[in-house]
Amino acid sequence: MPTTRETTDRSAVRTLLRLWPYVRPVRARLLTAAFVAVVASCTGLVIPLVLKWMVDGPVADRDPAGVWLGALYLLLLGIAEAVLFGIRRWLVARPLSHVEAEMRAGLYRRLQRLPVAFHDRWASGQLLSRATTDLMLLRMFLAFPLTFLLVNGVTILVGLVIMLLQDWVLGLVILGPAVPVMWTCVVFERRYARVARRAQDQIGDLTTVVEESVLGIRVIKGFGRHRSQARAFRELSGRLRGTELRKARLLATIWAVIVTLPEVAIGAALVLGVLRVADGELSAGTLVAFLSTALALRWPVDSIGFLLAMSQEAATATERYFEVMDELPEDQLDGDGGVDPRPQARDAAHRAAAQGLRFENVTFRYPDAPPGSPPLLTAVDLHIRPGESMALVGATGSGKTTLTALVPRLHEVTSGRITLNGVDITTMSREELRGRVAVAFEEPTLFSASVGENVLMGARDAAGKPELDRALAIAQADFAHALPQGTDTRVGEQGLSLSGGQRQRLALARAVVGRPEFLVLDDPLSALDVHTEAAVEAALRRVLADTTALIVAHRPSTVLLADRVALLSGGRIAAVGTHQQLLRENAEYAHLMSGEQEDSR
Amino acid sequence: MTTTTPSTPAVSDDDSDGPARSRDAGDPGGPGDQFDRDVLPSPPGATAALLRSLLAPMKARVALTTLLLLLQQAAVQAGPLLVAYAIDTAVPAFRDDRNGPLFAVAAGYLLCALASGALQFAFIETSARVSQDVLLDLRGRIFRHAQALSVDFHERYTSGRLISRSTTDVESLRELLDEGLQELVTVILSFVYISATLLWLDPGLGAVAVASFLPLYLLVRLYRGRAARVYGARSTAIAAVIVKFVETMNGIRPVRAFRREAANDAEFAVLNTRHERTNGDSLLEMARYVVGSRLVANTAVAGIVLWGAHRVAAGSLELGVLAAAVLYLRRLYDPIDRLGMFLNSYQSAAASLEKIAGLLAQTPSVPEPERPRELPPRKTEFPGREVVFDGVRFGYRTGGEVLPRFDLTLPAGQTVAVVGSTGAGKSTLAKLLARFYDPSAGRVLLDGVDLRELPMPELRRGVVMVTQEAFLFSGTVADNIALGRPEATREEIERAAKAIGAHEFISALPDGYDTDVRKRGGRISAGQRQLVAFARALLADPAVLILDEATSSLDIPGERAVQRAMATVLRGRTAVVIAHRLSTVEIADRVLVMEHGRIVEDGHPDELIGGTGRFADLHQAWRDSLA
Repeated sequence: MPTTRETTDRSAVRTLLRLWPYVRPVRARLLTAAFVAVVASCTGLVIPLVLKWMVDGPVADRDPAGVWLGALYLLLLGIAEAVLFGIRRWLVARPLSHVEAEMRAGLYRRLQRLPVAFHDRWASGQLLSRATTDLMLLRMFLAFPLTFLLVNGVTILVGLVIMLLQDWVLGLVILGPAVPVMWTCVVFERRYARVARRAQDQIGDLTTVVEESVLGIRVIKGFGRHRSQARAFRELSGRLRGTELRKARLLATIWAVIVTLPEVAIGAALVLGVLRVADGELSAGTLVAFLSTALALRWPVDSIGFLLAMSQEAATATERYFEVMDELPEDQLDGDGGVDPRPQARDAAHRAAAQGLRFENVTFRYPDAPPGSPPLLTAVDLHIRPGESMALVGATGSGKTTLTALVPRLHEVTSGRITLNGVDITTMSREELRGRVAVAFEEPTLFSASVGENVLMGARDAAGKPELDRALAIAQADFAHALPQGTDTRVGEQGLSLSGGQRQRLALARAVVGRPEFLVLDDPLSALDVHTEAAVEAALRRVLADTTALIVAHRPSTVLLADRVALLSGGRIAAVGTHQQLLRENAEYAHLMSGEQEDSR
Repeated sequence: MTTTTPSTPAVSDDDSDGPARSRDAGDPGGPGDQFDRDVLPSPPGATAALLRSLLAPMKARVALTTLLLLLQQAAVQAGPLLVAYAIDTAVPAFRDDRNGPLFAVAAGYLLCALASGALQFAFIETSARVSQDVLLDLRGRIFRHAQALSVDFHERYTSGRLISRSTTDVESLRELLDEGLQELVTVILSFVYISATLLWLDPGLGAVAVASFLPLYLLVRLYRGRAARVYGARSTAIAAVIVKFVETMNGIRPVRAFRREAANDAEFAVLNTRHERTNGDSLLEMARYVVGSRLVANTAVAGIVLWGAHRVAAGSLELGVLAAAVLYLRRLYDPIDRLGMFLNSYQSAAASLEKIAGLLAQTPSVPEPERPRELPPRKTEFPGREVVFDGVRFGYRTGGEVLPRFDLTLPAGQTVAVVGSTGAGKSTLAKLLARFYDPSAGRVLLDGVDLRELPMPELRRGVVMVTQEAFLFSGTVADNIALGRPEATREEIERAAKAIGAHEFISALPDGYDTDVRKRGGRISAGQRQLVAFARALLADPAVLILDEATSSLDIPGERAVQRAMATVLRGRTAVVIAHRLSTVEIADRVLVMEHGRIVEDGHPDELIGGTGRFADLHQAWRDSLA
């Protein structure tokens, strides 16, 4: 499974740097915000200095004016700090939401263009968890840990400098735990990364189970299997819980170290400070200011633990995001849209032979098929003449659907070529190809849109109401007019549920609405009753009269739509001829069409 | 995703020439349908009640975590007190050569440091356990509840929303539990501790500090109200994004073939931008809050210092006390931002929990019986049972009656073919018998027992339905067949597959029965999927078998093989077979022709074929289609 790729050795920083192209457009804002945050933080650090000044000066001297002045400074600094923090948040709020949205749109765009084979391989739950959870993690990372690792780093440094300047001995004592804390962070980072990755993958798996159990609800209900499904779910979510608890333990460890060591150092500084104040080497005001600074640094130091943890999770999220983004979209897998490098046949005779839809020596095996397995299609040669319709017949699982998927290039031929009117389909852009070839799938998927939109999807932009009505009439889908809002009724996932037969007819209307040059129909009438089927066939015949069509058929009635029939058997075209001819001459065909035993014929 | 069926299943195969759902359902954009909104109605207080019920079993552990946090805060907050003690007592004492107080400071600080570290560790551990257990519980509840809800519900709620309930919405509760609650407790504890300490150090300063809580409280209230709206909008926006995302990924082939990519990009951009906007709104709301609270806090610090300094100058306050008070004050207001973070996670979790509560408040329209009845012992040695539709009426939820009034008796062991044009009510009949729905009036009886009184497991063992959409789950082919009867052995699984003619293609898969249907080489065609679904049904060995267009994607030999198998398998079982292709009729003992929810012809196939009725017509048309 590509989804559980184990990552042990990778630098979180290097991974996170890959976000740069997305962050680049907002870099000015982000940098300004970080700068503002640093200033705000330092403002906070100046406050103890003012306190020191007050205690050692006006308070000790009983100077009311000085006290007022000091309080005024405090107030101004306080206001500045508040406003600056506000500005920081204001600066990044919109840009970072925008970055998240851009990345999500990018992922969606890419996923829509990745080869169908990619989608066969990846559970959509894993994809979804990347588009939601992972991207939210990334936004949070950019908003918070990224800025605050910088801000807190600077704050800690400035604080340390202030403390060293005030009293270098106490300062050094405070610095003591730096090395062990950093070492813990490094060790922790590595372990946490692994566990975080596992957790995110497990969330993806869980999402997949949820999705399947919703999509397969009829089967689960039909067999009363919700208990075993719930068990599988419980097992997975229990596993996720275990991983999360391991994560928590790592986090707890780092917290414990980060809390304890600096606190011990502050305690030591306090004792030392008391000794030196008692000896008169240090003023009480300095000690107060020093400790006040040290305590002010507590949060920046404490926070490093969870900031690093969040960064780790962000790195993992980035990695998961780019696992998808690094896949090449189908039009980059080859030189798409280029000019045909092969010289085209010029003479008329040759041209005529090349017209129509032609499979030349096409071999296909799924790119992810186990090595050594035989190809699904071997050396398929088939010529469908212009305006001719060809039925494709073959036993269940013989590769008919796969063969039809090659025409609109949902899958790529392994070798050989397919030509439309003599032009290799790999030399035209997919956009153009899919504009010329219309498809109706065996599983008619409708999208969340109106009936009209769903059907007109199959047409060029200009098509309108007359085209829609014509297509609905051909597919015997006039029921659409009787829907509550006619052809404006929304269907699909978020609309009216239609029956299988209704959907199949709409899908067929979608295929024919654009008056395509080439039509590929995959068992388009399987869910229709006999009368409707007959009506559709009658109408389809008129459409097919001048369309080059490839029709996968299971039944004689569908076969009769076509001018000729091709029999797909053992991965190759075993016979081509008219229905009657093949019934007479080909035992396998006769068997497929009548269901009677081959030897009985 | 070759193996998933389209995500838009049919309500009914029968109402093709009328809306599957009626008036208001057919108006998905209208205000009348609660399913148009992302939040389903739930009784008032359901959200809080849900949270309470989730935390109830954790009471002891929640108390423990609170105690750990209490102690940890005590250890942390002791610092400034020790500083005050050190400056006011230890320094003068040391000058007098008394080392005791200094040792006390040293020991005290070390102890506090170690204790706060250890307690922090223990706290994170325990609270993670609490939060993970709550999440486990909640995930399970959503999942089980969703599974218990009727098919009807699923058709209306959409899978994307359900997925978003159990992913992003659970995730936001997780944030609340992981970070939010800790923040809240820390904030409250430090407020209490620090206020108390300040009051003890100097009642005047303490009182001023406590008084500053009032404006903060008002600020928090204001923020809460505004944030609730913003977060609700944001959660709805992300759910819409998810729905679109899932729909696209599940329909990737047609998306490609019809060049929907650009149009989808545009539609997705609208939803995505809406989410972006609400997301930004929520972040800005937070920014406003932070500025406000900081302003209040910093002003209060300046005021208190001013007053305190005057008093020190006047001699009514010790310097050490002022120093400690100032240190505490800074800390007092430090957690205010964190309070904001808590409110953040609280609002977003509340918005999510409200939706989850709305989902959990849905009662299954096909409920488990309160007083279940067992099926009577079989009268014969055959597995079949008698089915009776007694005065059944049915309309889809909001009107439009599909079955006006329906009476039918299927004797045990009879195989009945139901034919009729689309919209005649065939699938409704099947779904009532499988109890995917309950009739609006009348009863469906299995051996005299109302289906509504049968315990679900008993019903599901007794009645099995195979539909046209053969969904395969992740896992091996064998797993998928075994779904029919999980305890079946490998031999039984293979026997079922052989009986139905699926054994050959399964054996030819890369790992045979152990081929993962979603992994390499596991591509299975629609026809093959139907065979697997059949094998599944055979294995289940039910008393009543319903086949709803279950052979539509098979080729003729495949269909024949299934029929041959059926002829043996169905013997003694009660079977309802719905098929457009009348080849089914050959194995049927009886044919029902339906029209507009009524039975218009009923008889033995030969008898009907010989007649002049609709069935004779249909049969002739079918014969012709075979050419």
